[in-house]
Amino acid sequence: MRFSRTSKALGVAAVVAMALTACSGGTGGNNATTGDTTKVITANNTEPQNGLLPANTNEVGGGKVMDLIFTGLVSYDAKGKIVNELADSIETKDSQNYTIKIKSGETFSDGTPVTAKNFVDAWNFGAAAVNKQLNSYFFESIKGYDAVSAEGSTLTTMEGLKVVDDNTFTVELAQPESDFQLRLGYTAFYPLPESAYKDPAAFGQNPVGNGPYKLAADGWKHDVSIALVPNDKYNGPRKAKNGGVTFTIFSSPDAAYTSVQSDTLDVLDQVPPSGLQNFKTDFKDRFVNQPYAGNATMTIPSYLPEFQGEAGMMRRQAISMAIDRQQIIDKIFYGNKKIAKDFTSPVLDGYSDSIPGNDVLTFNAAKAKDLWTKANAISPWPADKVFTITSNIDGAGNKEYITAMANQIATNLGIKAELNPVSSFKEMRALVNKKALTGASRAGWQADYPSLYNFLGPLYGTGAGSNDGNYSSAAFDSKLSEGLAATSVEAGNKLFNQSQEILLKDLPVVPLWYQAVQGVWSNNVNTVEFGWNGVPLYYDITAK
Amino acid sequence: MVMFTLRRFLQLIPVFFGATLLVYFLVFATPGDPIAALSGGKPMAPAVEAALRAQYNLDQPFWVQYGLYLKNLVTLNLGQTFSGQEVSAVIARAYPVTARLAIMALAFEAIFGVFFGVIAGLRKGKLFDSTVLVASLIVIAVPTFVLGFVLQLVVGVQLGWARPTVSGAAPWNELILPALVLGLVSLAYVIRLTRASISENMNADYVRTATAKGLSRRRVVVVHILRNSLIPVVTFLGADLGALMGGAIVTEGIFNVPGVGNLLYQAILKGESATVVAVVSLLVIVFVVANLVVDLLYAWLDPRIRYV
Amino acid sequence: MSENLTPETEPAQPVAPAARQGKTSSRVIEHFVAPLEDTPLAAVDKVDNTAAPLSLWADAWRNLRKQPLFIISALLIVLVVVVAGFPQWFASVDPTSCDLANSAEGARAGHPLGFTLQGCDVYSRMIYGTRASLTVGVLTTIGVLVIGGTMGALAGYYGGWLDAILARLGDIFFALPLILGAIVINQLPAFRDNRSVWTVVVALVLFGWPQIARITRGAVLENRNADFVTASKALGLSRFSALVRHVIPNSLAPIIVVASISLGTFIVAEATLSFLGLGLPGSVMSWGNDISAAQPQVRNNPGVLLWPALALSITVLSFIMLGDALRDALDPKARKR
Repeated sequence: MRFSRTSKALGVAAVVAMALTACSGGTGGNNATTGDTTKVITANNTEPQNGLLPANTNEVGGGKVMDLIFTGLVSYDAKGKIVNELADSIETKDSQNYTIKIKSGETFSDGTPVTAKNFVDAWNFGAAAVNKQLNSYFFESIKGYDAVSAEGSTLTTMEGLKVVDDNTFTVELAQPESDFQLRLGYTAFYPLPESAYKDPAAFGQNPVGNGPYKLAADGWKHDVSIALVPNDKYNGPRKAKNGGVTFTIFSSPDAAYTSVQSDTLDVLDQVPPSGLQNFKTDFKDRFVNQPYAGNATMTIPSYLPEFQGEAGMMRRQAISMAIDRQQIIDKIFYGNKKIAKDFTSPVLDGYSDSIPGNDVLTFNAAKAKDLWTKANAISPWPADKVFTITSNIDGAGNKEYITAMANQIATNLGIKAELNPVSSFKEMRALVNKKALTGASRAGWQADYPSLYNFLGPLYGTGAGSNDGNYSSAAFDSKLSEGLAATSVEAGNKLFNQSQEILLKDLPVVPLWYQAVQGVWSNNVNTVEFGWNGVPLYYDITAK
Repeated sequence: MVMFTLRRFLQLIPVFFGATLLVYFLVFATPGDPIAALSGGKPMAPAVEAALRAQYNLDQPFWVQYGLYLKNLVTLNLGQTFSGQEVSAVIARAYPVTARLAIMALAFEAIFGVFFGVIAGLRKGKLFDSTVLVASLIVIAVPTFVLGFVLQLVVGVQLGWARPTVSGAAPWNELILPALVLGLVSLAYVIRLTRASISENMNADYVRTATAKGLSRRRVVVVHILRNSLIPVVTFLGADLGALMGGAIVTEGIFNVPGVGNLLYQAILKGESATVVAVVSLLVIVFVVANLVVDLLYAWLDPRIRYV
Repeated sequence: MSENLTPETEPAQPVAPAARQGKTSSRVIEHFVAPLEDTPLAAVDKVDNTAAPLSLWADAWRNLRKQPLFIISALLIVLVVVVAGFPQWFASVDPTSCDLANSAEGARAGHPLGFTLQGCDVYSRMIYGTRASLTVGVLTTIGVLVIGGTMGALAGYYGGWLDAILARLGDIFFALPLILGAIVINQLPAFRDNRSVWTVVVALVLFGWPQIARITRGAVLENRNADFVTASKALGLSRFSALVRHVIPNSLAPIIVVASISLGTFIVAEATLSFLGLGLPGSVMSWGNDISAAQPQVRNNPGVLLWPALALSITVLSFIMLGDALRDALDPKARKR
């Protein structure tokens, strides 16, 4: 009996692939009902994996807290549009040199003013290798990043950042990047008060920010709860409409689900697999089900011998067409997702569902089988070779859809296919990083900031940090640079979508579906709105 | 007896080193890269990666890592988690919760297990005995994660008799339901063990003697049969206490109890040696002490067992 | 009748039936007085010392085969073993041909128990899952009995430094988390590329033996100073022989109880390991796998979980009954005369 007790994991999420960004702008607050603004709202969260420093918070648990206790130059509204927070203006003529003016009179919660220097210092701190910040690569486009991030480097300032006066600073990028200003609402770009640098580790345990909330006295009880109270020094668009937010740490979303059912928790932003079939009836008018900026894909690494050249391309297309995405969505996710039409997300500006060539993402068993046969004519698929899809299964919900997908591929292509489960996320990442996969692997992306480029550059650019499948295409790379060099976000998006046409042919990953957030709330609060990134607009929640 | 106890405590020293070495090695041998996982699948600057690896001694060979760990241990420094917290603080938070849960579960097993076991043993083959058998089968065949989930739904959500999840401080009263779920599987063992012992001892000579002396049935059962039947039960409970103190991943997960089980599980998945070694070493100590208590209880239950 | 089947346990000595005949007539005596020539007085109470002595095990077997409890449990176990060996005799549907279109559908002709979430046939999976589950349960139980039983018996009987070493070794192994061990075992070259039930059995045995060892040690400790042990030693039996011939057989009751329940929990533990990606590969069917896969749907489609759980229950029940019967048969005190 010792086994059944000490060893079962109930969907304990491992490191959730990352990146939550700023909560959104104030324009989303169309909450008609006026409720009690003094009551504290309780919400689910996971324990932040690191101290609460902007450039060291790269996962959901810490991100949710950071985005409430800090604010950056801009924030994102519910639709993912940027809204000025501290920025008065962000100007550029060439997408490479930016002049940023910040509002005067804003302060941190301890009363010290927020100046241009607070931004420049914080960004330098985040980028410098000596500070070991996980998000340091976010500053890689700034000129001088290479020098401070080199191994063994003791430099701590980037030459691209210059303070002009208390309210103005300039940023010079290493190359033009049209979507740079879209990134500025991301956690890594928050300012830090002077007091942070004396002992960053201690600051991370008890941060002083400038967001709509601040950490309550002794508010962070590790592994149990994080209590936030409104910050009355905050004057931005995300002013708190409640008496505070207390995050309760849950090790499984199932437990959180029953807590909301019994009104002992107010807001849950992740309905567990066991609740997907019932949440609409369990919660009647107290749920949302909307897409957010994330997608699910399957990587087929280009280093696999069977997936190279002309035959490899045909095989990838065949596999994509052998998957009946809608059936999996209906049966496994009870209809709570939307099939993918591209490599990005429909909540983003510039998204298109009609990129030429996206019929390769439509289920077509006959054509799939046909392509597979043609590929075999070029180089035969080894007899008895099993097409495996590797995934860590310590988080709930992966096993089911991958098994279903493997079954479909097996049936429709007439080969053997199965899930290759690994026990932990660290094992999975090691396989991916060492390029040691022997088959496909589960993948997906959650946006750091609302931009098409964020779904393309870091994932499929030659040598990019998250290019797990070693994809490399000169045509794609040059389209991407063209897009970055564009003088406006709109012009850039057009070029990014053209770059996707190349991806749709090569299929470095097989897009599956767009992620959607299923959120529920208790009888104690009024309607809860969820943002572009699937995070509730906590500041906007009012109690009944 | 004093010598016996003293000797047992001396044995702790080699056991402790053996256990830390073994656990440290096992964590070392698990596949995967803890630092790569820290990035959550996003890119990480190579310099940052190297610096983090050095910070946790992950760039060192096994013996150096273990040596450095022992060196810290001498100064009572248990090391840090990947999130930069002191392992000692993390354990100090989680252990009292798990201890409360374990004690309640153990009490539940012991009291109900022996009670039902005695009745079943005395009425072997009767309706009560068969009912208990069927109930035990359900507990064995339906895993905890299903039983716990169903009980939580019914008692916590539908009937509203208890909070479905435990609040932060995890007070005794909120732990009743989790303790019940936790104790169920072991309850089946305790019942069957007691039942077997009782039915075996019912025909013993000393029972016939006691009955012949004219003692009441209650006295015969409680004083004579029960006391002589408890050795296997006590053995089992002693071992179970250790298992319970190791935390209960499933039950803790279902009821959101901030205890050792989840802590240990997450630490294993993350490859966080400092936490795993500290928790397991503590557990070994718990085992040795629990077994010492069990051995002393043997001598009390059965005068023929003596220690020198 | 059964003499032919079990000649070795019941030697066809000519004198043995005579002794029994004597017993029979002694009962008859209460009702009437028989003629002297029918009941040779000398034979009534005479100990037959020419017959080969019945060993404890032979004695137990004679007792066992008459017990209905034993017969029922043995039949059930035979049934389960046959299902495990020849699943195709019991199910005609291929358990691996799963069509998502049938996902969570109810029963229909040819599919008496409906479909799983993946659209596989529940009945067929239950039948085909028997083999892996039974193998894991039985092999692991045997493994822990052999290792744990030996260690525990030696520790309890000899005591002293041997006890100290074995018991502390048990403490260390008991404290190690099973998952950690299983992760590492899965990495061993022998298992890495070729996972099977053996991987699971090795992991479960390695981390399961201390429990049986503790129980055995306690039971042996209780019996090692019993009068019958002293007596047998006085009769010239060596210390070790006394352990094997007298102490262990008299200590079996709690061991059997724990082993028969553990058989079930091992089958469930396999589910745990598979659930964590450390157990059987997806292509191997098992009850445990199906039970854990059915967990998220327990509110809407409990049947999918119920059937493999029922199969598991029946298997465990039959082993518990077998254990009970065996225990009764082995225990001279509890035997019905």
